[in-house]
Amino acid sequence: MSGKDEAELSRLMRAAIAGDEKAYADFLHRIAALIRGFVRRKIVQGGVDPEDVVQETLLAIHLKRHTWRQDAPVLPWVYAIARFKLIDAFRRRGRRIEIDVDDIAETFAEPETDTVSERDINRALDGLPPAQRSVVSAVSVEGRSIGETAAKFGISETAVRVSLHRGLAAIAKRFGQGRFGRE
Amino acid sequence: MKTDDLIKALDADARSKAMPLRLAWWLAAGAAVVVAAAVFMMTIGPRPDFMVAAHTMRFLSKFVFTIVLAISAFALIRALSTPGAATGRAMAAMIAAPLLVAVAVVLELFMVPQALWGTRMIGSNMMICMTFIPLIGIGPLAIFLWMLRYGAPTRPVLAGAAAGLLAGGLAATFYAAHCFDDSPLFVATWYTLAIAALALLGALGGRFFVRW
Repeated sequence: MSGKDEAELSRLMRAAIAGDEKAYADFLHRIAALIRGFVRRKIVQGGVDPEDVVQETLLAIHLKRHTWRQDAPVLPWVYAIARFKLIDAFRRRGRRIEIDVDDIAETFAEPETDTVSERDINRALDGLPPAQRSVVSAVSVEGRSIGETAAKFGISETAVRVSLHRGLAAIAKRFGQGRFGRE
Repeated sequence: MKTDDLIKALDADARSKAMPLRLAWWLAAGAAVVVAAAVFMMTIGPRPDFMVAAHTMRFLSKFVFTIVLAISAFALIRALSTPGAATGRAMAAMIAAPLLVAVAVVLELFMVPQALWGTRMIGSNMMICMTFIPLIGIGPLAIFLWMLRYGAPTRPVLAGAAAGLLAGGLAATFYAAHCFDDSPLFVATWYTLAIAALALLGALGGRFFVRW
């Protein structure tokens, strides 16, 4: 980590908070690569999928960006969140192992979850109310803009923004509680 | 969902706004003072001889202890709710209030004859103290725990305990204006117990309620 990186990332994040979406996308991509490296170094044994932790950390960074003080360096803040989410993932994994012991047959029947479709975030997404789920899917997986999504579902852009934000917050909450499926 | 897809969604949500945590903490502190003051005035209120008592060292010393505790706990909880923020100094500063109480206790032991130590410590209000400090502090504690959820504490149990100490310092400041037991021996015993109860409750709240 060089001081130049830090200054550049802080600048991007400040621009993002001021409403610059381009700067925010740039920031998120660069941060994702850093977090991926960090998480892969820390996870030496299997059990926790690094990319699940990367995604959960990015969500937390997004939803908690009001906790970053704009006059402080951004990387210590990013890594503190990544470390917290990594520990959380290990803690949850420990709990899941306990549950698995109760039902050994299922443990053998279930292959290692490694494919993209088996991601924690997909299970969290599936558990959302239909309106939020379709908006989040349209904007993420289908790559539509806010305007295109509004046209697709015949609702206002404001309604799209509200559903998107609530959907993302709900996904983050499900991550935190270790609940991914439907209730 | 691939990580790049997630980033698209986050980027599309870039315009969602939330109040900066630092500002939110000051508003929460203001709200907590109002709640504590309201409960205090509606229940026990200040002692009738408040103005006269305000000229005595023992009475004033109580406010020094409780206000120092509240200020140091406020600094600590703000640091603990911000990921990556340095907490060492704020943690070290938490020793200030107990240290002041300890000095006052030693002075009191020198000034008061040994035969009176027990009476001074037991006082006449210990049940009221043990009831009303938690009662005045419970509303502020709820506000602070809610604020911890709004923030991002990476040590939620410790942050919850700090919330309890902050609520306790605030509640004890109001309670001190009511209580007739001004001896540091009383304060060191009963205030400490009542505030510790709030800190314990806060730690439990941090463990089970502060998820993010």
